[in-house]
Amino acid sequence: MSKDSVRERFILPYGDHRGDGVVQVSFTLPLPDGPLGDEAARQVMRQMALNDPQVAESTSLGENYTFYVGYGKLSRPVETGKLKVARPLWDKIEPAAVEEMVNRRLGRPIVVVGAATGSDAHTVGLDAILNYKGFAGDHGLEAYSCFKVVNMGSQVPNEDLVSRAAREKADAILVSQVVTQGNVHLANLTNLSELLEAEGWRDKVVLVAGGPRITHALALELGYDAGFGAQTRPQDVASYLAQEVLRRKSLY
Amino acid sequence: MLRLEPDRSTVGSCHRLAESVARSVNEELAGRSTVTIERTVARLFGVDGLGPSGIPLANTVVDHLISLGKLEEGVALRLANASLVLNATPAEVAEKIAAKKVDLGSLPWHGTEACRAKAGKLAAAALERIKDRRLERQELLNAYPVHGSPWLYVIVATGDIHEDIIQARMAAAQGADVIAVIRSTGQSLLDYVPHGATREGYGGTYATQENFRLMREALDEESKRLGRYIRLVNYCSGLCMPEIAAMGALERLDIMLNDAMYGILFRDINAERTLVDQRFSRMINAYAGIIINTGEDNYLTTVDALSSGHSVVASQFMNYHFAKLSGLPDEQIGLGHAFEIDPNIEDSLLLEIAGALLVRELFPSCPVKYMPPTVHKTGDIFFAHALDAAFNLVSTATGQTIHLVGMLTEAVHTPLLQDRYASIRAAAYARKSARHLRENLRLEKGGKVERRAAEILDKALSLLGEVESKGLFRALEDGVFAGIRRKRDGGKGLEGVFTKGPTYFNPIEEGLRRELGI
Repeated sequence: MSKDSVRERFILPYGDHRGDGVVQVSFTLPLPDGPLGDEAARQVMRQMALNDPQVAESTSLGENYTFYVGYGKLSRPVETGKLKVARPLWDKIEPAAVEEMVNRRLGRPIVVVGAATGSDAHTVGLDAILNYKGFAGDHGLEAYSCFKVVNMGSQVPNEDLVSRAAREKADAILVSQVVTQGNVHLANLTNLSELLEAEGWRDKVVLVAGGPRITHALALELGYDAGFGAQTRPQDVASYLAQEVLRRKSLY
Repeated sequence: MLRLEPDRSTVGSCHRLAESVARSVNEELAGRSTVTIERTVARLFGVDGLGPSGIPLANTVVDHLISLGKLEEGVALRLANASLVLNATPAEVAEKIAAKKVDLGSLPWHGTEACRAKAGKLAAAALERIKDRRLERQELLNAYPVHGSPWLYVIVATGDIHEDIIQARMAAAQGADVIAVIRSTGQSLLDYVPHGATREGYGGTYATQENFRLMREALDEESKRLGRYIRLVNYCSGLCMPEIAAMGALERLDIMLNDAMYGILFRDINAERTLVDQRFSRMINAYAGIIINTGEDNYLTTVDALSSGHSVVASQFMNYHFAKLSGLPDEQIGLGHAFEIDPNIEDSLLLEIAGALLVRELFPSCPVKYMPPTVHKTGDIFFAHALDAAFNLVSTATGQTIHLVGMLTEAVHTPLLQDRYASIRAAAYARKSARHLRENLRLEKGGKVERRAAEILDKALSLLGEVESKGLFRALEDGVFAGIRRKRDGGKGLEGVFTKGPTYFNPIEEGLRRELGI
């Protein structure tokens, strides 16, 4: 094996030259600014497996808290060949192709009901995915002729979401959860999937969770079909829904 | 001096239209009251705390009258009558109701005149308490004056009031002038106000009277230590708007988020409920010397800031006139707006300057509140910090009054200690380094900034014309604001609105109207 390909397999953070391993960190400690705090900050970095820890800045935040900016060097490289990467099980498809595919194979729009449930008042993520305007130049599901979108907005009780989805004969339910304190979102998400189960409805819909703290793995664990986290674009959700709904009808 | 000269006749027309909208809504709803307004009267009569089943006593009293079919009279007369008959305070009466030891329907009646006199006395005592707190604030402001504008406003949101206090003290010492304790998610939809000091909340800390008191006490200490009065903010919105106004008035809060339409649009609270509640809650805020902040910045987080700048201005005119009709002086009307235009657009900074300067010029005596970028922030905290730096500079250069300090980690999490520190430091730097920038600049005549401002104002005028001709309720149904449609009989809380009966009496409102001259 050549030296270069070994280098590619064993990687370190790149500061200003290859392999220097330089990492920049910032954090606050509940200590007054002073020599003890500085040493504690360096120890924090050592415990992060950073060599040569340096405190570039320490600033008192008041009330005996101090903020540190530090630098250190990671010595143990990451072996990329040994990493297991979760990859989505669907392909990303261009909007025009999604429309063409659904219109031709299904012959009717996919009905999507979305809501931010429970006490969650945030709709930014849900709106970004569903509303025509979309996000970062990528139009939301409303902009597709192959989706019929019902956006119920925020603070929707799970029961209302389920009954609305039943009335609309939804193919998919999108649930957005943002708030995370005390993991309230987890209980709420689980409650929804249980509710659908109890209604004998769970298998009839594609159940999707979204939100900045949601991952695909977490969604599966909670009994969902898919999860979309930070950096999701409407096109990702559109691609997934089209493929999953068609697949269930053996059309994909 | 960096100034705009908005077309006077356009501005005059905007004011006329907005005032007409506000007046006709208030006239249409003059015969309505709500459960939370009645609970506010009970609270101001001294009814506080929880009953044996954990329900707030104010709710117990109102629910009791509903069960007797007597709420259309208002709570004041029945509470006054019970106080006279039982020789007890309204608080003691409420406790007896909660313990099912008394039934207000079966008590002997002392006569309307005697009851009105008793209720009037209770109301006068309540207003006296509020006035004392207002005078106390004035004394503290004289003793510990706030220098420098804009005021730097930061949020704490731990869910635990005691943790909030530590963070608030730190922020104040770092340079913050205003501390807002963000509410627990979902509180806006509770039709009661939680009680006592709370140590757990979701995404924020419950607004309770005890939490208000604890935080105000801590900030008073901090104000003394720093020689600069630190203002406290909470949220007078949702289903308990007037109750929270009363609690804030009693505990000397300084600023309240209090929008005439926010709850309708963004919380799907019934339109009539919100409009009736805002009117009374704003009278309390007016009398308490509390600055209200409106929530127009939220429009720009929902719809595109470039194409919808005029809906912000139209809404500001309406919020302004709703506020005036409730007796708020300009100095207490903190209209809101935001720096939310896509930073990838060429000259977006100029467009932001145009919007910010226009609001400043349209409402010259109002302490306008300027909100930081949020929509176009991502996990790239370094670019977010750069974006905030531009926002900070525009805020100082256009003479904004209340500056909500943007957080570099806005898109990631609620602020860490160091995030708040870094953001306050950046904002304080802009404020100091560019202190006299505005008076040293002048706009190019007919340039991009002037043209943009004129365009926003013209569009605001035509939007106000549309709202005025349709009436506000129809306009809400048509989704004129933020593209959100709300039906007049839809949303939460309509069941709490009732039509006042012929013997309805609310001595708090009458007293406030007298004092405020409305």
